[in-house]
Amino acid sequence: MADYTSPELLTINAARLLRDGDRVFVGVGLPNLACNLARRTHAPNLLMIYEAGVIGAQPARLPLSIGDPTLVSGALAVCSMYDIFAFYLQRGNVDVGFMGGAQIDRFGNINATVIGDYDHPKVRLPGSGGSMEIAAWANRCYLLTPHSRRRFPEKLDFRTSAGFLGGRAEREATNLRGGGMLAVVTDLGMLEPDDNGELVLTALHPGATVEQARENTGWQLKVADSLRTTQPPSAEELRILREDLDPQGIYLKGSA
Amino acid sequence: MSKVISLEEAVRQQVRDGDLVYAAGFTHLIPFAAGHEIIRQKKRYLTLARATPDLIYDQMVAAGCARKVIFSYMGNPGVGSLRIVRAEIEAGRLEWEEYSHFGMISRLQAGATGLPFMPMNPTAAGDLEKTNSNYQVVKDPYHGGDVVVVPPLKPDVAIVHVQRADADGNAQIWGIIGEQKEAAFAADRVILTAEEIVDESIIRSDPNRTLIPGFIVKAVCLVPHCAHPSYTQGYYDRDNDFYLKWDEISSDRQATLSYLDEWVYGIKDRDEYWQKLGSETHKRLKIDSRPSDTVDYGKY
Repeated sequence: MADYTSPELLTINAARLLRDGDRVFVGVGLPNLACNLARRTHAPNLLMIYEAGVIGAQPARLPLSIGDPTLVSGALAVCSMYDIFAFYLQRGNVDVGFMGGAQIDRFGNINATVIGDYDHPKVRLPGSGGSMEIAAWANRCYLLTPHSRRRFPEKLDFRTSAGFLGGRAEREATNLRGGGMLAVVTDLGMLEPDDNGELVLTALHPGATVEQARENTGWQLKVADSLRTTQPPSAEELRILREDLDPQGIYLKGSA
Repeated sequence: MSKVISLEEAVRQQVRDGDLVYAAGFTHLIPFAAGHEIIRQKKRYLTLARATPDLIYDQMVAAGCARKVIFSYMGNPGVGSLRIVRAEIEAGRLEWEEYSHFGMISRLQAGATGLPFMPMNPTAAGDLEKTNSNYQVVKDPYHGGDVVVVPPLKPDVAIVHVQRADADGNAQIWGIIGEQKEAAFAADRVILTAEEIVDESIIRSDPNRTLIPGFIVKAVCLVPHCAHPSYTQGYYDRDNDFYLKWDEISSDRQATLSYLDEWVYGIKDRDEYWQKLGSETHKRLKIDSRPSDTVDYGKY
């Protein structure tokens, strides 16, 4: 039994995807923790941008919402919502976008809108928020999600935001400025797009198996020739998360 | 000229049945007291527009004020589902019109600037644009290629909460400035609520901070703590506990109606509401000071 929880595993592996100097469009929850972890380890110059219009936030506490006042106090800049989407995201000033959503398909397209028919929804989800534009215009997009068939269906009920559409060539033909969905971190491992833009299993976390990943994916999951095993969370990464970033375990509690 | 009147009076004068209402504020400065006053006055058939409907519209929908919602993210921020709006939509009892954040805010920008539409780069996602015919695609006349456009959003009434304003409605906001300026300029009528009403000389001491000029404002209302359970930067904190608690309350029809009875219908105004919250809550939402360095505009 591993001595870390699955949210901790997701957060630590997401933090490792971030590079020093990245300008990251951050969501609340695990992406926020991942950015703060990266800033305290290998990426001290990472710049956090929030869709509420905050640039260079240095939150002193864990924000529950994306518009928490702790994001503002001590930030580099605050701007309107129009400005954050136009000057920052559309203009191409965002390196990384973290996506959320209920479903993701094999080409990294995401549904955050509805389960069932749009006009007569079985389950009405919150909707796009900023994700339609983030998916299109951020240089690199990442998604953190538990690995399950429900999350990885063969077909989406609704395409809220674009991954590689029907394949890499189709996205390239649209001339979208962003690079699309470049990694999906799950509690079993990591999926990354192949030459065709299809998400394939490129890494397993320690103890996870290809069979588990296949069982929990709604499409015929391909496995990369160069399948890696991720480095287990280090004591230092876990210490920063548990002691400094989420001492009450609001986001990081969960089954090991 | 003073436009200062009570919030009760402002809502009575400016909000009419069937209006398109935009209660502004992205997480910050959400004018809950105005929402509650609209509920108390039993306004009906409203179209409620906000990027994030938040608890304020969940409560107004629960109270039967709304015919339709226009939104771009329908969740309880940081908590999960916005249960009442969601349930009404799933049951087919509430009309809705939906955008991405950028589409929603571009509609306001067009409304605020007097343009016939606002252009955006394509996102290629496609499905949302198919469901909403307000999204149109036009040719870029200069470079070829497609541009996505949305029409102006022009609320009948915008309600904007601010830290401070003078009696004429010249209003200053700091912290997250979301879409307050855009909503105010886009609207036909503006109701301003303020934590403080200050002398014009205070406003003039820092003109760069004025987002809304008084001449577009119809009514100015002194409403301290107007935003609770949302917050006012530098005045009081967001009541995250209540946002979590609403998730429980709103999951039960009877609990929701009891909440409205106790905290909206059973209350005269925001002062009474704030007193009823009690000293423990006041203490929990109290914040320490962190003033900015002053700037020097110079004498000319």
